[in-house]
Amino acid sequence: MHYFTADGHAAVPVLDPSAADGVTALLWLVVALPLLGAVVLLLGGRRTDAWGHWLATALPMGSFVLSVLMLVDLMGRDEAERSVTQHLWTWLSVGDLDVGLDLLLDPLSVLFLLLITGVGSLIHVYSIGYMSHDPRRRRFFAYLNLFVAAMLTLVLSENYLGLFLGWEGVGLASYLLIGFWQHKPSAAAAAKKAFVINRVGDMGLALALGLMFVTFGTFSFTEVSALASGASSTVLTALGLLLLLGAAGKSAQVPLQAWLLDAMEGPTPVSALIHAATMVTAGVYLVVRSNFIFERAPHAQTVVVVVATVTVLWGAVIGCAKDDIKKALAGSTMSQIGYMMLAAGLGVYGYAFAIFHLITHGFFKANMFLGAGSVMHGMDDDVNMRHYGALRKAMPVTFLTFAMGYLAIIGFPLFSGFWSKDKIIETALVENPVAGVCALVGAGVTGFYMTRLMLMTFLGKQRWRDGVHPHESPSVMTGPLVVLAALSALGGVLYLGGWIVDWLAPVVGEAPEHELPVPAIVYTLVTLVVVAVGVAVAWAMFGRREVPDTAPEKVSPFTTAARHDLYGDAINDSLVVGPGRGVTRGLVALDEKVVDPTFTDGASVMGGVGQVIKRLQTGYVRSYALSVLAGAVLLLAALLVVNL
Amino acid sequence: MDLPWLTLLVAVPLVGALATALSPRSGRLPQQVALGFSLLTLVLAAAVALSWNLGEGMQLTETYAWIPALGVHLAWGVDGLGLLMVGLTAVLVPVVLLAAWRDTETDLDGVGQGSAAGFAALVMALEGLSMAVFLATDVFLFYLVFEATLIPAYFLVGGYGRAGRSAAAIKFLVFQLGGGLVMLAGVLGLYVVSAQAGSPSYLLSDLMALDIPTEAGRWLFAAFFVAFAVKAPLFPVHTWLADTTGKATPATSVLLVSVLDKIGTFGMLRFCLGIFPEASQWATPVVVALALISIVYGAVLAIGQDDVLRLIGLTSLSHFGFIVLGIFVFSTAGGSGAVLYMVNHGVGTAALFLVAGYITARRGTTSIRELGGQEKVTPVMSAMLLIAGLATLSLPGLSPFVSEFLVLIAAFQYAWWVGAIAVTAIVLAAIYILWMYQRSMTGPPPELPEGSPARRDLGVREVVAVLPLMVALVGFGFFPQPLLDASNDYVGDLLTHVGVTDESPTVSAPAADASAEEGEH
Repeated sequence: MHYFTADGHAAVPVLDPSAADGVTALLWLVVALPLLGAVVLLLGGRRTDAWGHWLATALPMGSFVLSVLMLVDLMGRDEAERSVTQHLWTWLSVGDLDVGLDLLLDPLSVLFLLLITGVGSLIHVYSIGYMSHDPRRRRFFAYLNLFVAAMLTLVLSENYLGLFLGWEGVGLASYLLIGFWQHKPSAAAAAKKAFVINRVGDMGLALALGLMFVTFGTFSFTEVSALASGASSTVLTALGLLLLLGAAGKSAQVPLQAWLLDAMEGPTPVSALIHAATMVTAGVYLVVRSNFIFERAPHAQTVVVVVATVTVLWGAVIGCAKDDIKKALAGSTMSQIGYMMLAAGLGVYGYAFAIFHLITHGFFKANMFLGAGSVMHGMDDDVNMRHYGALRKAMPVTFLTFAMGYLAIIGFPLFSGFWSKDKIIETALVENPVAGVCALVGAGVTGFYMTRLMLMTFLGKQRWRDGVHPHESPSVMTGPLVVLAALSALGGVLYLGGWIVDWLAPVVGEAPEHELPVPAIVYTLVTLVVVAVGVAVAWAMFGRREVPDTAPEKVSPFTTAARHDLYGDAINDSLVVGPGRGVTRGLVALDEKVVDPTFTDGASVMGGVGQVIKRLQTGYVRSYALSVLAGAVLLLAALLVVNL
Repeated sequence: MDLPWLTLLVAVPLVGALATALSPRSGRLPQQVALGFSLLTLVLAAAVALSWNLGEGMQLTETYAWIPALGVHLAWGVDGLGLLMVGLTAVLVPVVLLAAWRDTETDLDGVGQGSAAGFAALVMALEGLSMAVFLATDVFLFYLVFEATLIPAYFLVGGYGRAGRSAAAIKFLVFQLGGGLVMLAGVLGLYVVSAQAGSPSYLLSDLMALDIPTEAGRWLFAAFFVAFAVKAPLFPVHTWLADTTGKATPATSVLLVSVLDKIGTFGMLRFCLGIFPEASQWATPVVVALALISIVYGAVLAIGQDDVLRLIGLTSLSHFGFIVLGIFVFSTAGGSGAVLYMVNHGVGTAALFLVAGYITARRGTTSIRELGGQEKVTPVMSAMLLIAGLATLSLPGLSPFVSEFLVLIAAFQYAWWVGAIAVTAIVLAAIYILWMYQRSMTGPPPELPEGSPARRDLGVREVVAVLPLMVALVGFGFFPQPLLDASNDYVGDLLTHVGVTDESPTVSAPAADASAEEGEH
């Protein structure tokens, strides 16, 4: 257990931002542009149908350009000066509590700006094609813009309350977009489920805010980072655990994971942007951003590691058993966020790698989700991979770009995921061998399920349904795929010369040198071998043999469990939903049969008064008016008597 | 101008009621008269707000001796709390009149409706009396107008709405009169206490300065509190609420829940805490327990409802639990949050009731099970329902979040487990709102007969009526400070009067030295 660093190994950075100036003074505009798009499209109504999607695509691109300028600006500054704030206005001020809508641009948030606006813009472009036949396309783009604005608020806020505003904002956008086709009952139910489970996590975040209010009297990152060392370890551990609860909801970590697979009811660009590349990683952002709390709360960090490790395997196992291409990818997303969370739980050694993997995953998972959308587009919206096969010829661009994402996620040498996942496994093996071994196994399972997905979709024999004529998607859709494929392949450059680690050090701290028991190359080689085994097993099962076009029914209990999402829903139903229904029915009956009669029958509490009143229930209003009058007269008389 | 502003604020709507009732019943003239008077009242309220100054406590006071022997005065005054309540009432009444413009033409259960003119006149009467309640600075006067509000409220519930409304109206009245009788005992007792201390006076300022014996103070507190708990309502005296909102028209329910029920929490602040500070703190554990039960119990009951109008009524039970909790944790955040909550809840619930009313009138049913699929047919209407619903579940960015959040952190400060129990409401609220929305709005579009009103999306009048509420929900979600300034002002004075100061954060001075040392290792 090397990660008790706060007690002497490394200093936890204290934030010390200066006021935004120059190009960074336009920080507000980064959020305002997509927000404007949402407002114009929602209030503009049908008038904006013709051009709304173009506006909605241009605005996040504008934010992207601004983000690039800001990155350049920050890179030109001294390391200590790379943190600026912008005060927009006072949100609420009560007593000594003063919360501003304040923005913070620093090395951490600027990376998120680029990821959100960059990948976000590409997905907007893609959606122009993907949603071209949907009569409610304008609304779709409005919601996407709303999402981008909320996500930017989340990562740009300088305090936890503003983060919570963005946090719930993305929850709303996610709700609206999962349920976008809300005439489908399954979509509407999935949307509600996602929101409600997220709210369970939000209880943790809300209570964490309460604890911060009591302890520090402020929600500001800057102030809390300065004050945190004065708090007791009990308080810090509690804060860490409460924040983790919030993070688990948003990032679909066990036990709050059950909503993510259902969220695939949303249109595929939504799955790519919200439920893969950005929103679901917000929990990782929260933990990394709160490093000044977690570094001082080792027990909370341990729980983060445990939750993350379980999720790595949980999601990977689900990913193995799904025939629905989107759900297989969703299981994978859950697992990959587990990796990021694991890195974040490893503390100062892992924060930078958590963010590194978050970014590369954003590239390759968005790439593959959009690829899956392209496949569905060509397959009449069929999502069952058993109905695919041999699509590489029909959809060459989709295939090639998807393959880039595939190589990245399994960690093929030199592709982006190779660098980012490898560092997490290595760090975990050193810092927490149990979690490290699990992460290593997870890498093998990843190799298995992704190979299975590739084989079933693009290779092998065609198993297409009658009347399906796969075709390549229009260039407005394949264009973004090409860009994302390039990023999936080359994303590793962020680690060139350890750049991202040094870049983030002012925010997350600098890890002390840790002695590797064996040379780094050994970790890499072991990981590659494990991945190769996973790939080989998948090849043996799905490449050499023919894929049956209905799912085999005689399978091991293990496979059955994986197909049922490891019984996540069953557990929720039996532990929470079922008893909850019972309690609700019970209380409704109690209210009708016990609480109400207690007063309306006038039997006990109100005693004689109730009886008298009951007798007066003649239904004639004049008698009630009379009783009011009588009351007043009685009052006057009584007062006169007392007075005399 | 040195006008008796507050007298006008009470008198104008009452005159409006009379004018509405007496105006010739040709076409919509009576309703137009009522709307005109309600807008005039709104202008007056705005004028009062403009001439009101932060930091000066009770203002624009008018005091006229009424029954000198009893120390009764006709006394008005407006402080931060009163100003917010007056503003809320003044905004909601024209909204309600406009939204209910054609309500009397729909007949859900074949039980008929009273006249549109009568409805408008009763609404105006209720407005005038509510203004009087919020402005009265004499306890006796308060009691009279407090009881008097029941008369128009009774007729509104009994004369307009669905089958079973008469029984609901009676139940409403019985509960309110029961509470009122208990308060009457308290009012009498106050006279005794005041008379014993010298010359009797019912003026609030005199009573607040009074040194009431502990024992007597606690009895009197209980008398007032019971009446206000019935009004608010609080568990376990809440059962009239859903029965009433389920049968009354949504417009009436707005006035009952958004305005009239606020008298309960208004009274707790002004009279319970104001006159009996010691007893209020003494009673805190019991009141906090009742508030917590109300929060959770009301939310769970709401989840279990099939009638959308009953559901909305029960969400208010949960929300009133929050308001009472905020009041009785005795801190600036809690008190200010509670006062702001009163305003936000008034606006949010009004929006929810009115939009739900649009839907139920079109579909001819209030059963959530029988609705469904409406989003495809009437997107604007369901968007409005969703926004109002999101306000009710306190989504950040909409104004109810700010107040609920302040109450939550104040509750946490009072005791962490109180905060932990109260916070469950954010999950329960998500369930009752989104499940209601899911069942009533989503799914395949319903098979509606040709010419069914449910095929029609909201008309201009209907949108205009709820638009001010939507604007307020979003506007005050991001800029709540103007409202918070008024509530901070009031709560600061109140807590000083009660003799409570806020707890300081446990960690305040930066432990810079310690962390610097850590870094040097």
